[in-house]
Amino acid sequence: MCLAIPVLIKSIEDSEAEVEIGGIARRISLELTPEARVGDYAIVHTGYAINILDQEEARETLRLFEEIAAAAKEES
Amino acid sequence: MEDRILLAHGSGGRLAHELVETTFVKALANPLLAKLDDAATFDLGGKLAFTTDSYVVSPLFFPGGDIGKLAVCGTVNDLAMTGAKPLYLSLSFIIEEGLSRRDLARVVDSIRRVAGEAGVEIVTGDTKVVNRGSADGLFINTAGIGIIAEGVSISGSNARPGDRVILSGTIGDHGIAVLSQREGLSFATRLESDCAPLGKLVAGMLAVSRNIHCLRDPTRGGLATTLNELAAQSKVGIRIEEDRVPVREEVLAAGEMLGLDPLYIANEGKLVAIVPPEDAGGILEAVRANKYGKEAAIIGEVTAEHPGRVVMKTSLGTSRIVDMLVGDPLPRIC
Amino acid sequence: MRFITEFRRPELARGLLSQIQSQSRTKARFMEFCGGHTVTIFRYGIRQALPRTLEMVSGPGCPVCVTASADLDKAIALSRVPGVIITTFGDMLRVPGSRSSLEKAKAEGADVRMVYSTIDALRIASDNPDRSVVFLGIGFETTAPTVAASVLRARERGIKNYYVLSLHKLCPPAIRAILDSGEVRLDGLICPGHVSTVIGAHPWESVAHDYHIPGVISGFEPLDILQAVSMLVAQVERGEARVEIAYRRGVRPEGNPEALRVMERVFETGPARWRGLGEIAESGLKIRGDYQEFDAERAFNIVPEPAREPEGCLCGEILRGVKMPLDCSLFGTTCTPEHPVGPCMVSSEGSCAAYYLYGGSLGG
Repeated sequence: MCLAIPVLIKSIEDSEAEVEIGGIARRISLELTPEARVGDYAIVHTGYAINILDQEEARETLRLFEEIAAAAKEES
Repeated sequence: MEDRILLAHGSGGRLAHELVETTFVKALANPLLAKLDDAATFDLGGKLAFTTDSYVVSPLFFPGGDIGKLAVCGTVNDLAMTGAKPLYLSLSFIIEEGLSRRDLARVVDSIRRVAGEAGVEIVTGDTKVVNRGSADGLFINTAGIGIIAEGVSISGSNARPGDRVILSGTIGDHGIAVLSQREGLSFATRLESDCAPLGKLVAGMLAVSRNIHCLRDPTRGGLATTLNELAAQSKVGIRIEEDRVPVREEVLAAGEMLGLDPLYIANEGKLVAIVPPEDAGGILEAVRANKYGKEAAIIGEVTAEHPGRVVMKTSLGTSRIVDMLVGDPLPRIC
Repeated sequence: MRFITEFRRPELARGLLSQIQSQSRTKARFMEFCGGHTVTIFRYGIRQALPRTLEMVSGPGCPVCVTASADLDKAIALSRVPGVIITTFGDMLRVPGSRSSLEKAKAEGADVRMVYSTIDALRIASDNPDRSVVFLGIGFETTAPTVAASVLRARERGIKNYYVLSLHKLCPPAIRAILDSGEVRLDGLICPGHVSTVIGAHPWESVAHDYHIPGVISGFEPLDILQAVSMLVAQVERGEARVEIAYRRGVRPEGNPEALRVMERVFETGPARWRGLGEIAESGLKIRGDYQEFDAERAFNIVPEPAREPEGCLCGEILRGVKMPLDCSLFGTTCTPEHPVGPCMVSSEGSCAAYYLYGGSLGG
């Protein structure tokens, strides 16, 4: 449940944003994420941002995966 | 001249004749049609292919096409999938009372253009007008006749283990383009329907080799359904690789947003070809040489294992079964 | 697509799978509660890639699947009220009620429209002031705040013809009900990702504590699932029962306070009927008295036909993880995605549909 995807916020007007992902664009609501800024990635579910994606955490997670992959390779 | 279609336009009287002459015959001009006999008559030698389809798409106009273009391409392509050269089409309109003449003219113009490109003639037709609410603006039926050259025998049951599976281009474009216009779902995209006539593309393939085993266009139900049909008909297994299947980024993105898998989304200008391995390279080149096949790729092969099933190596490197679609893929929130 | 494609990289999947393989010694059964997780697991063949020590079981985290026939009957009855436009997410169109479905009602003349968002439903309401627009509110804590926001917006704009039929449900009570029933022995939970985006980690912490079972909050990409499985395996091997957030880019421990605030302003909790689980206290959301003019239950006198659940349908047991789709005699025969008998087959993330579409186990 809860299909929600990260989209790039291109512009904000009141509590709505123009967002983009993979070349498609839509208007969404920022009512649930008043802290959103242009340039953020919003996690959008049924036309509303439910969170702002933490880009640093994303990078950290990928770094962790890369370490795990490197360690696994060494072992084999 | 009224600017909306009335019930009287379908009744066979003066108004109806005037509609046929000014809107249809004039635009689709050819000697057979101009005769306006009850039936078109012509000489044809050889093995014939004959098909029909009805088109009820809504909205009537969508990015990259309209119901008219679809009505020609759909039938032309069905003929082409048997290896036939498409020749003649019939064209029947069921028009909802109140449709604007301008919209009708637009549709007819679209038909004219794509029939011209495909090299087919509309030689006979019919017009009916029904009460408001009985048709979604416009329904079209086309039937088509084509001629199959000697030595060409293409069938869904011809696939053999070792054959290669060629896909002529990106999947999901049509379905997503139409969906993007739908009330309640709309999003902005440059994506257009891939609706296109493939008769000449197939002719180019046959010029390289008559040894094409299967041809099919993955329309409703998408690539997954088509591959399953072929696997079942030929009683073989098919293995494909997700990374080899061309998909536009916008289609992927729309799929992510709406919860749709591109493998199951309709296409209107693509084909799947199953060909012997030794001919695959040459046939692929022939497809790529055509403007509608620029992104063609070999996406997999036919195997003797798991007959009737389609298996895909995912982009993750794991394997899963790709089944047929049953029902319509609906956008979901979960 | 940024923050999506990176989380599907095959070489990173291999690394995580390696890690799982080398750690996993103890036989363990994990439940992924969320339907979205089920879809990822099936779509990427993850089950087949995991070591034999691990078993994955799907839980009832599919709001479509757990909607009771009686509730769907209410929606269908509403669709037949003159002047009503039903707006709904696509998921609900084909779910069978006792005798019909919204799709069938639509074919019989009801005005049922699919929308992507409540924002679209509000637009339909303001474009059709002489009609009553009822939004079918399904979904868990991810969706409820968005529906609550639409109610607030309707009030702010003075939209008087917008209503919500709230069938929203809460996840933690359902998980507790499954664990309470003791029917399935579970060694770990893959906790819903986007529900947790809203509610945070705390509700899961009390589940982990009370039932002594580890829980990892996971994202929806294949690497996210693999990471969650790896973290669960690590806890199982160490005998731990904590809650960890794997989906750190999407979930804050405190959740989304604004979303929670909006949700709590419009909704209050109450009992709810779950298909397969029966009635669970404090597991449903109803519109508060302050916003009663938007409550479809109060605004319309809904008289559905008497409810009945389809015979032979094992959706209940399948939802609880006690049976598998293949155990159901209707699976693939009377009950297919084209002619679904029960909701598990309708929803593309219901166990039965996922099983049907993506197949059972494969050699790999």
